[in-house]
Amino acid sequence: MVARAAREIAPGMVVNLGIGLPTKVVDHLGPDFPVCLHTENGLAGIGPTHAYETADRNLIDAGGAYVSTIPGSSFFDSAVSFALVRSGRLDLTMLGAFEVAQTGDLANWKIPGKFSPGAGGGIELAQKARRVIVLTTHTDRAGNPKLKDTCSLPVTARACVSRIFTDMGVIDVTDTGFALVELAEGTSLAEITEATGAPLSLPKGDIPTF
Amino acid sequence: MRLPDKVGALEEAIAHIGDGATVMIGGFGVPGTPFTLIRELVRQGPRDLTIIKNDANETDMGVDHLLVSGQVARLVTTHIGLNPRAIAMMNAGEIEVEFNAQGILAERIRAGGAGLGGILTDIGIDTELADGKERMEIDGKAYVVESALRADVALVHADRADPFGNLSFAATARNFNPLMAMAATRVIAEVERVVPLGALHADDVHTPGPFVDDLVGLTELSEEYAVVQR
Repeated sequence: MVARAAREIAPGMVVNLGIGLPTKVVDHLGPDFPVCLHTENGLAGIGPTHAYETADRNLIDAGGAYVSTIPGSSFFDSAVSFALVRSGRLDLTMLGAFEVAQTGDLANWKIPGKFSPGAGGGIELAQKARRVIVLTTHTDRAGNPKLKDTCSLPVTARACVSRIFTDMGVIDVTDTGFALVELAEGTSLAEITEATGAPLSLPKGDIPTF
Repeated sequence: MRLPDKVGALEEAIAHIGDGATVMIGGFGVPGTPFTLIRELVRQGPRDLTIIKNDANETDMGVDHLLVSGQVARLVTTHIGLNPRAIAMMNAGEIEVEFNAQGILAERIRAGGAGLGGILTDIGIDTELADGKERMEIDGKAYVVESALRADVALVHADRADPFGNLSFAATARNFNPLMAMAATRVIAEVERVVPLGALHADDVHTPGPFVDDLVGLTELSEEYAVVQR
């Protein structure tokens, strides 16, 4: 799933990979792949992660991982960092999710009474990146669908998600709701339909797998 | 002409912070957090503080010491997920927490530092973050009004500075520091290396000296500044 998601990154893009699963996408990009990775704490051009022994104490990504620079990297303050996001310079962001609605609404920052650490930079990434892709498990730990008709949790941003990668498949958010694009190997149509909390339209012809 | 010298003692600089003060603190996680200034703030013990900081650091680090000592009444922040104590105190009503979108917190501080009253933005307009905020329409587009933020004192951490207070930050330790250094009545900078006037090239100055009031040279870096092994 992560390897498949990495194929969404086109040469030349400016990309922000959210904390968690999306961070692993970088492992599937070749060292010569032309892309600018942005992190909201003030770096464009993220280089490989360091072990603690060789880490620079002043050089982290927004998730706290010790990263490095590459030729051409730049540092900037938090206002400049989000100016880049809000002004449309961020081509793509990949984020985690608690829920995604069939309209593309994303909920990923708060579970009232249980989890409310603040949204950090997530609202601006979700609302302003030119393309928002969600990487998530298809269901929560209790087996409930994360893809729903409407979000029951507080939303991060409305109508922002274009595509969802889960352990069961690739799903697009379209004007008419969720549309299956690809199935994960070993997942049946019946299983993914059952695990999705809103209608799922199917592609014409054979359904590709990944 | 010669530019004034602002290097002084840690104790005297922090003594400007009294009960009920609003204090901005730079840093995003460890990088850029002025741990030495925070330690002195804990030692001197002014209470009922409003702290404005991106995050609440982690257990036993930075802002967490101010939470343990009970000096914080209110925290204006973006994300406190790495500090379970901050979340517990918020849930128990022991501190008031105001969450901002990260870039909006930055812009509110920048506006305060630029002598502006606030900003207009559509960030969070469809979410509960916009609840209770004034709305305004410009050219047919809806915005919320976000007020500018200023503080009585800003505490920042710089890599290098000359005695006039020209500051240069290292790598991702820049974050909120140059913004906060413009937005407070009194700006106190702790600095890893104080270099002679002229040693910091004018093109390499991130925060110009006129914004800075007090410079504290760090003689050693405590463990809090080191790489965090999780």
